[in-house]
Amino acid sequence: MQSRKPFYILVALLFILGLGSSIYRGIEHNVPFLPGKQVQSWAVDAKVSFIGTGEPAEVSFSLPQDPAFEILSENASSPGYGLSVTKIDGNRRAIWSTRQAVGQQDLYYKLTLVPSGQDKLIASKTPNTPELYIWPATEKTAAEQVINEAWSRSANNLTFARQLMQTLSARDRSQNVELLLSSNNPTRLFVNMLHDKGIPAHEVNGLYLEDLRRRQQLVPLAEVYDDGQWYLFDVVNGKAGRPDSVLLWERDGNSVLDVVGGYKSQVTFSMLKDTRSALATSIDMMKNQEGALDFSLYQLPLEEQSLFKGILLIPVGVLMVVFLRVIIGIKTSGTFMPVLIALAFIQTTLLTGLVGFLLIVAFGLMIRSYLSKLNLLLISRISAVIIVVIGIIGLFTVLSYKFGLSEGLTITFFPMIILAWTIERMSILWEEEGAKEVVVQGGGSLLVATLAYLAMSATWVQHWVFNFLGIHLVILAMVLVMGQYTGYKLMELKRFKPLAGE
Amino acid sequence: MNFAWPWQLRKAGVLSMNKRNIDYISRYNPRKFYKRVDDKLTTKQLALANHIAVPDLIGVIRAQHEISQLPKMVQGRTGFVIKPSKGSGGKGIMVITHVENGRFFKPSGTEVSPAEMDRHISNTLSGLFSLGGKADVAIVEGLIEFDPVFDGYSYEGVPDIRLIVFKGFPVMGMLRLSTSASDGKANLHQGAVGVGVDLGTGKGLHAVQFNKPIEFHPDTGLKLTNIQVPHWDTLLHTAASAYEMCELGYLGTDMVLDQSKGPLMLELNARPGLAIQIANGRGILPMLQHVESLRGKPMSVEERVAYAKAHFSSTTDH
Repeated sequence: MQSRKPFYILVALLFILGLGSSIYRGIEHNVPFLPGKQVQSWAVDAKVSFIGTGEPAEVSFSLPQDPAFEILSENASSPGYGLSVTKIDGNRRAIWSTRQAVGQQDLYYKLTLVPSGQDKLIASKTPNTPELYIWPATEKTAAEQVINEAWSRSANNLTFARQLMQTLSARDRSQNVELLLSSNNPTRLFVNMLHDKGIPAHEVNGLYLEDLRRRQQLVPLAEVYDDGQWYLFDVVNGKAGRPDSVLLWERDGNSVLDVVGGYKSQVTFSMLKDTRSALATSIDMMKNQEGALDFSLYQLPLEEQSLFKGILLIPVGVLMVVFLRVIIGIKTSGTFMPVLIALAFIQTTLLTGLVGFLLIVAFGLMIRSYLSKLNLLLISRISAVIIVVIGIIGLFTVLSYKFGLSEGLTITFFPMIILAWTIERMSILWEEEGAKEVVVQGGGSLLVATLAYLAMSATWVQHWVFNFLGIHLVILAMVLVMGQYTGYKLMELKRFKPLAGE
Repeated sequence: MNFAWPWQLRKAGVLSMNKRNIDYISRYNPRKFYKRVDDKLTTKQLALANHIAVPDLIGVIRAQHEISQLPKMVQGRTGFVIKPSKGSGGKGIMVITHVENGRFFKPSGTEVSPAEMDRHISNTLSGLFSLGGKADVAIVEGLIEFDPVFDGYSYEGVPDIRLIVFKGFPVMGMLRLSTSASDGKANLHQGAVGVGVDLGTGKGLHAVQFNKPIEFHPDTGLKLTNIQVPHWDTLLHTAASAYEMCELGYLGTDMVLDQSKGPLMLELNARPGLAIQIANGRGILPMLQHVESLRGKPMSVEERVAYAKAHFSSTTDH
């Protein structure tokens, strides 16, 4: 006997590969593990406006690159302008250009964002120690006093920043702070004070996302470096840490908007919150990624996709049949007929399917008993049964339409050959072994079909078999393992009970 | 409780369906030899070539147009049997025990009309009873005049003797007796009585119907464990020699006792069922493993029968 080792290695490989690829898909591509999951998305419109001088104009506008949000789609509308999106020092900027810009100009940039769940600002490299800020003579003493006071109450960079921010945004501020704020904006002052102690920090521009807001402006925020991460401080509002609703628009100290050949330039934002299916979102996201969809069912036309959704359910039904026959020991007539019946049940729904199936088979058996008197050859008899079954289906469909039972119309989903063959086998069984065996075997088939249907119609199963193709390798591994099962079936424990001894 | 624990069955040496399929049938029965047993006509021809006694072959009906020749074929006979050559599980076997003026009667006394007979044979040729629906031929065999020793033990049918032969060693046997519940058929799941037979002596040991132990035949009331199967040594010998004939390691042999010809081989089965364990009241696994553990020189049929009688009798302990 050959060694079983390669077999078990194969099974283990299939299992690990299937499970691994499914988990990878879930985590890396954000395909939701559960169906019907919703994510919220933000639609943000940026409107850049300026007054053209009649000269050639070039508008350079920074585009957001925030790890907390993924860009689902973006587009710009700017008639009469050439547009290019370039990457400068790792920052994306939209450059609009035109030969002549006269009067009021409006350029639009729209994007749809989805929270990525990655709310930490990991620093890709350790920033350099900032240059010391030279305070003006009038502010020097006040600034030093404020800094030293906060410094003495802090333990590290972060607590120092927090103390500073509290001092700057407190309701009743000290005279020193009031003096400093009278000639500085709070965020800039905060950053300067941190630089005074050699702590890397910079100003960034953020946008507070709020549903249905229009004409919003970017707000200045400060990022403070500590131990590989940047931490966000809203000095104006006195809030430390990153709120979910903040989108960082510009992070590298560059200008948000540069306009050449125009004046009175400004940018305003409006936004809209939306909820959409997590699955559709992740598929759209994969479409943005180069190559992520290359060998995927998602790129098929919708019709083929829905066909595959049905086909990919068959392994689940087959697994169910293998389990019920090998481990439980339920008898069915025909090996995989129950799976085909279960597939029809998915179209008809369970109750309608069962009633329809029983009606057709019962009617078919009656007609078959007449055909058996005619002494026909087997092939022509089966063919006659098929034609009669079509007639019965047609009759039931028309009847249920007349009575307004729309469920009855789904009866047409039953595979004709399956019905005809079932009727033929049941009729032989009836003649040879009696009605009881017909009920036992037919009942067994319907029971297995029902269980297979229940497994195949569960929404999370349908979601998994289509979106996590790796699951089919797991099913294959399970089928192979069950093919090796030499133990007792559940029904054998009952059958051989007399041999168990007491 | 209605269920046994798996370890109780394992302790009793009960062979399960899955284990039979994987560890015995697929390992010891080479696929290429299946046609020797799945086609009863081939089996019959092989048996004749190996000097194993089988029921008379009256004729073979191979095509639809030959059906009409049946009355001529069975002329002068009091009874005959029509069976599909590739049938399984006793499906499609029609027994005619009485022929009167061209009218056919079943053992129960009901008449089979010529139309019914035609249809039955036509179905058989179309492959209705064969595995996988393959086209088939109908074999017409002589009726077995079964040995009167079983009178009172069987109702309306031929009692047959099933022996499991493993690598040429008979390992377990049972006698199948039809009852009124089984409608004259010898299939245990249809209500026939199974009597486990001691391999050493051919004496009845234990009897069941519908998987439940019984002591008396439900129709005739005779005590079943009193049965002594005659020609026991010949039966064992015939069964054991079937191994050389078909080369299948795990084999079920079905035999009947004819009044004048003695034991006749009816058919061979490459996938014998497991009900024999219930009829014997014990598992078959210890015997199979015993044979597997013998890795000595090849033994002759006589040696194997003697070895089986010495080691697999219920009175000996393994």
